[in-house]
Amino acid sequence: MAALKIKKGSSRKSAYELRDPNAEVIERHTLAVLVDNEAGVLARVIGLFSGRGYNIDSLTVAEVDHTGHRSRITIVTTGTPAVIEQIKAQLGRIVPVHEVHDLTVEGASVERELALFKVSGTGDKRVEALRLADIFRARVVDSTLESFIFEITGSPEKIDAFADLMRPLGLVELARTGVAALARGSEG
Amino acid sequence: MVVQALKDQGVDTVFGYPGGAVLPIYDEIFQQNDIRHILVRHEQGAVHAAEGYARSTGKPGVVLVTSGPAATNAVTGLTDALLDSIPIVVLTGQVPTFMIGTDGFQEADTVGITRPCTKHNWLVKDTNKLSETIHQAFHVALTGRPGPTLVDIPKDVQFATGTYVPPQKARTEHYRPQVKGDTLAITELVEMMEQAERPVFYTGGGVINSGPGASQLLRELVEATGFPITSTLMGLGAYPASGEKWLGMLGMHGLYEANMAMHDCDLMINIGARFDDRITGRLDSFSPGSKKVHIDIDASSINKVIHVDLPILGDVGHVLEDLLRIWKSRGRKVNKDGLKAWWSQIEEWRAVKCLSYTNSDKIIKPQYALQRLEALTKDMDRYITTEVGQHQMWAAQFLGFEDPNRWMTSGGLGTMGYGLPASNGVQIAHPDALVINVAGDASILMNIQEISTAVQFRLPVKQFILNNERLGMVRQWQQLLHGERYSQSWTESLPDFPKMAEAFGCKGRRVSDPAELDDAIHEMIEYDGPFLLEVLVEKHENCFPMIPSGEPHNKMLLGDDKATDAIKGGGAVLV
Repeated sequence: MAALKIKKGSSRKSAYELRDPNAEVIERHTLAVLVDNEAGVLARVIGLFSGRGYNIDSLTVAEVDHTGHRSRITIVTTGTPAVIEQIKAQLGRIVPVHEVHDLTVEGASVERELALFKVSGTGDKRVEALRLADIFRARVVDSTLESFIFEITGSPEKIDAFADLMRPLGLVELARTGVAALARGSEG
Repeated sequence: MVVQALKDQGVDTVFGYPGGAVLPIYDEIFQQNDIRHILVRHEQGAVHAAEGYARSTGKPGVVLVTSGPAATNAVTGLTDALLDSIPIVVLTGQVPTFMIGTDGFQEADTVGITRPCTKHNWLVKDTNKLSETIHQAFHVALTGRPGPTLVDIPKDVQFATGTYVPPQKARTEHYRPQVKGDTLAITELVEMMEQAERPVFYTGGGVINSGPGASQLLRELVEATGFPITSTLMGLGAYPASGEKWLGMLGMHGLYEANMAMHDCDLMINIGARFDDRITGRLDSFSPGSKKVHIDIDASSINKVIHVDLPILGDVGHVLEDLLRIWKSRGRKVNKDGLKAWWSQIEEWRAVKCLSYTNSDKIIKPQYALQRLEALTKDMDRYITTEVGQHQMWAAQFLGFEDPNRWMTSGGLGTMGYGLPASNGVQIAHPDALVINVAGDASILMNIQEISTAVQFRLPVKQFILNNERLGMVRQWQQLLHGERYSQSWTESLPDFPKMAEAFGCKGRRVSDPAELDDAIHEMIEYDGPFLLEVLVEKHENCFPMIPSGEPHNKMLLGDDKATDAIKGGGAVLV
């Protein structure tokens, strides 16, 4: 299959102002979903995506308000504009879902992901890995004579780039947290 | 506590079947007289009966069954209620909390299994949360777009004592879907209505679910504007079938005039319907020249299948009220000349008489059977349920519904075996009414055991079976799509239906002569108890009109002459 054209959603119109539904442009959107932290809520969200055939590129979930029992689920998904609108409407229909925000269209936002890289090697490769880690502002969190574990934080693209560089230098294992994202500005 | 919560929710009837994991609740039911328990013969029957009860009253239907197999048997009914937006609350027993996850006897992951087929479900692990959860289940089932909810209650939670929370104190505030429509959008719709030359109202089950007030407002709106109106299978009765603006049902087996009006209109006003694939036919040529407006309480229904020009999110009743008020205040304007020409076009379509069929004096045609049923019962206090298949479509075409909540059928899921238990539920809610289940010989066997329930509770339900010894709709599709190779679509050993009825303690009769049909129907209606009338009908009759799958509204088949192999190309993969 040819590489799909991916563009960031640019519209700031309301959820009902559907962009051309026939346009076969696959967009990548980051959704923030605020839910009651109750049993099964994640299963409901994941079940919705699998049951209706939507994509999940990345999914992150954790409690963000202990007293209010609220969790925040950050989902990165891809689809045509019509599918993205459907995903948001379907998420909004789940009873314990309080808010659904499409960070991609609601204004500027920041996205960060944390990853741990285990890179093993000796000699020049080991030195090169450490030098590149420095350039990428990755920290060494574990070290043996033949390996490092790097901790790196950044956009998913930065982590992809770092992984591409580490692969020939002895990357043996990689753990990523998935995307956490917030809208810029002072409002919550 | 469970029984108290049900009482406080105003529940008078529970459909259920006892078992190990719900014995404490059944013990409470034994010791009280406020709630009537209807013992069904199969848990699927309990859910369909509750659906019949709910659809015919607007109140939630309540089901109580045990764990494991009982819960899995309820799944079909839950899915049916989800697709048709029917408010029901199902309480299931569960193995005690300390046994959950051990593969205990009659243990199933009920909340896991029913998660995609309920609007919401809960597993209650703390008795102190039990009553509040039940109240929330009722709130969620009834609020917004209605649907089924399920509360799974482990046996130790049933035995323990805890604090009771009355309905008024239960926290429900976070689930409050929007009911008022946006006034600006409604005004925009009024402007469209003032100018439209060829408008059509396309209404659905949402009007019925919104309550009798919504149907009343719809009637007022249709009469005042003079616009034609059609409805989906689920919406029949919201506007009276005898009304002069009524085009009949639309869709795959809808009326020619209704589908042509949908195809050629310039303004389509969808009120509480969801552009189901039975309605739209081929999507890229669905009503190509129209502006489309969609009024729906469920945001996910809007722009799901068909892109609309104007969405209005809100409850049908509230939106119609505002719509009428705004339209009146702007001077009750319509495009009179346009409408006149539009109606004369519609009259031409009506003149096609798409429901005509060749009658016979030797064999009963299914259409004739339903025409006679209609003629002999239409003035009675009548409720109709159906199974699924050809008989269902003929019933929708040939029976007229003057009021909402009188027509109970499985639309979205198309569940064979729905009608008989649903008729029991309707009769429970309306003990003095005439309740008829229009059935096929194949469908009725899917939940035939529920006749026993009708006999036990002396429910005078009437089973009106059109027996063609075929899976009629399957056979029709095999003729249209598979070169008349009738794979597995007839039944070689049907029971003797009247004798079977009598074995259950129900009265039965068979009729095959058209001349005796009226007498048989009279006997059925007048008999004071459950009655099964088996009508032997023409075996190879097809249900027309029909939009073959993959075709648009204006490519309807009106009769048998062009039917063989009518489904071709891309349409063949559709169902």
